[in-house]
Amino acid sequence: MGNRTIVPFGPQHPVLPEPIHLDLVLEDEIVVEAIPRIGYIHRGLEKLVEKKDYQQYTYVAERICGICSFMHGMGYCMAIENIMDVKVPERAEFLRTIWAELSRLHSHLLWLGLLADGFGFESLFMQSWKIREQVLDIFEETTGGRVIFSVCDIGGVRKDISFETLEKIKKILTDVENELEEAAKVFIGDTTVKLRTKGVGVLSKQLAFDLGAVGPMARASGIEMDLRSQGYAAYGKLDFKPIVDHGGDSYARTAVRIGEMFQAINLIRQCISLIPDGDIKVKVTGNPSGENFMRIEQPRGEVVYYAKANGTKYLDRVRVRTPTFANVPALLETLKGCSLADVPILILTIDPCISCTER
Amino acid sequence: MSILRMSKTLFKNLFHGPYTVLYPIKQKEKYVHTRGKITIDIDDCIFCGMCDRRCPTGAIKVEKGNSAWSIERLQCIQCSYCVEVCPKKCLKMDNQYTSPSNGKVRDEFIKCTNTQSLNE
Repeated sequence: MGNRTIVPFGPQHPVLPEPIHLDLVLEDEIVVEAIPRIGYIHRGLEKLVEKKDYQQYTYVAERICGICSFMHGMGYCMAIENIMDVKVPERAEFLRTIWAELSRLHSHLLWLGLLADGFGFESLFMQSWKIREQVLDIFEETTGGRVIFSVCDIGGVRKDISFETLEKIKKILTDVENELEEAAKVFIGDTTVKLRTKGVGVLSKQLAFDLGAVGPMARASGIEMDLRSQGYAAYGKLDFKPIVDHGGDSYARTAVRIGEMFQAINLIRQCISLIPDGDIKVKVTGNPSGENFMRIEQPRGEVVYYAKANGTKYLDRVRVRTPTFANVPALLETLKGCSLADVPILILTIDPCISCTER
Repeated sequence: MSILRMSKTLFKNLFHGPYTVLYPIKQKEKYVHTRGKITIDIDDCIFCGMCDRRCPTGAIKVEKGNSAWSIERLQCIQCSYCVEVCPKKCLKMDNQYTSPSNGKVRDEFIKCTNTQSLNE
């Protein structure tokens, strides 16, 4: 046994977009143990629900995270709608699905860029973010915001997308798909990329299950778990099958996310062809009373929204269980036995979103 | 060769020129829905205070006695909730952003006089 050294990793580190700290216990260059420390960007957003009324909180919920902002708003709205027994119009369900899938697309593109940056492939990083820019432009045109959209509301959505814009989105998505195919060839087939990802941080199916991994992390280990298959919003009307890989390593996690991006484009196309005419919102009156659990699939995995209302306009409690929080135990397990140089890649492959985790 | 898979994209980007816009000489086009800043048609305002009560960040202040409506620009999160609840539809979301500032700025609008801007 060699000498043990503790190397602090983060909270400020070039590969980390957000602050998380890990104490890496090393034997020579091999990680023996990783001790996480979170809490650098806790903002108390769950507590804020006692100060903002349940409709104002929609805008707070969206700001939990800048990448899955739409899905946070959607999860919160769906929980309140379930408490209040509100039936959302069908068109609104489809519009929510379109925006949710566009969010998944831009989140995964951002992640691909960060991964490329993590293993030092700068031009691939720039290329991924260049593709993402087109998706952000779609958001700006349809919702008015590029990162925070403020379109999801209790009872439906606040903005409609016209037929012409939907056709335009279809056309932009074809360009995105073509460019993505070129980038995917590099992520999947390039020798240098494979050397950094293949066989690195293997998480077995049993271990992923035992540690409660969610999202692409679980799916890359062979667990077929995707909440979209339960058919919330408009997913029940779409042809959808979760993308699963059995590799369990960083390469498999990259492949699952790339597969999900093409699937997201396909789902948006299906939504555009199936979207019905009609209202986009129902008027919601009164105050909620009761409690509800809502689970939806974010880009990073399953998010759980719990809301408890007491009949006044202020809720008693909102609790968010975010996917990154669920994936941290799996990350710590994959870090054991890897070399110090692979730590940044492994941290990136869980797609960490610390803003979500700490709220 | 699998090591040269990026080369096609690289050559394309090399001869394409920059994808970015040379700001401020050329400005990026704004969309109709782009959320820039809140504007008010003060002559139509009845100072009901709905926007004040509903604003999630408390950026808007309405003083009925002075017929004054004011907004703190940096506190506003451009959610356009106020635009939705305004009964007279005198609030609008402009697609141009506010100009940069180095401190908190409260824009105040007073009815019956010319629109004026006061820095706090």
